[in-house]
Amino acid sequence: MNPAELQKKLIAAARAHPPGDGVPYAFEKRVTALLAARTTSSSAVLWVQGLWRAAVSCLAIALMLGVWAFFNPATTASAGDLSQNFENTLLAAVDQNAQTQ
Amino acid sequence: MERTEAELIAAVLAGDAASFEPLVQKYSPRVFATARRYARRESEVEDIAQEVWLKAFEKLGSFRGEAPFEHWLMRLTVRTCYDFLRGHQRNRESTFSDLSEPESDWLERFVTQPEAATENAEAARLLVARILERLSPSARLIITLLEIEDRPVKEIAALTGWSVPLVKVRAFRARAEMRKILARLPKDRYL
Repeated sequence: MNPAELQKKLIAAARAHPPGDGVPYAFEKRVTALLAARTTSSSAVLWVQGLWRAAVSCLAIALMLGVWAFFNPATTASAGDLSQNFENTLLAAVDQNAQTQ
Repeated sequence: MERTEAELIAAVLAGDAASFEPLVQKYSPRVFATARRYARRESEVEDIAQEVWLKAFEKLGSFRGEAPFEHWLMRLTVRTCYDFLRGHQRNRESTFSDLSEPESDWLERFVTQPEAATENAEAARLLVARILERLSPSARLIITLLEIEDRPVKEIAALTGWSVPLVKVRAFRARAEMRKILARLPKDRYL
């Protein structure tokens, strides 16, 4: 008696007993319901994922700009120019009225 | 009028998930029969079948229609079963010390009168299931497809996604692995 012979016999036993192909009752309904639930939730998941990605991107950009602004502070002169220009623009109409009167 | 498979698939791809149901109904027996080759518990078989159909739905866009849908589905089923085997390797820890009485009797009969130990016996079926459980996932898959289901190497390569030489190498190793397991049966009693 050798293991090879036993192996042959056991393989023959496995061939002689093929597994059943029975399907549980209403299995297809269960799968379809599961798919429908997944499709509904997947669209919500897509939105959430998209919004999270957008939030993370915005945060990263804000951080980068913050770091850039921290290490490259605006000079006092240019800051003064900017505020002066802003004030001139804002009060341009008032100035024009004063000049015409 | 009954819709053809191609029409059903086209409808599913167009967003009509309900058209998937007739496909599930038609092919589930094959999926279940395949899953039962690799999982013993019925709950595990159902999990595998469910996983197969969820994957089929998700990947239906990759089905090009060149080969029959059934072939594409069986490839998916075999690969899902392989994933299941890889995820449940703990079952391989069982030993031969806990052989049931009918299994021990069958083995003893095989030693004393090999022709009397018929392969139709339930004990033989249980014993072979126990031995298959001890094989590595790839060995079990190969033994099942090549030896038990008697499929050609080329078909196994298509089902598993492995190359033909790899299937041959794994088949060689699987047979050796099985012989090694059989040799570990209590030698003093049976071999």
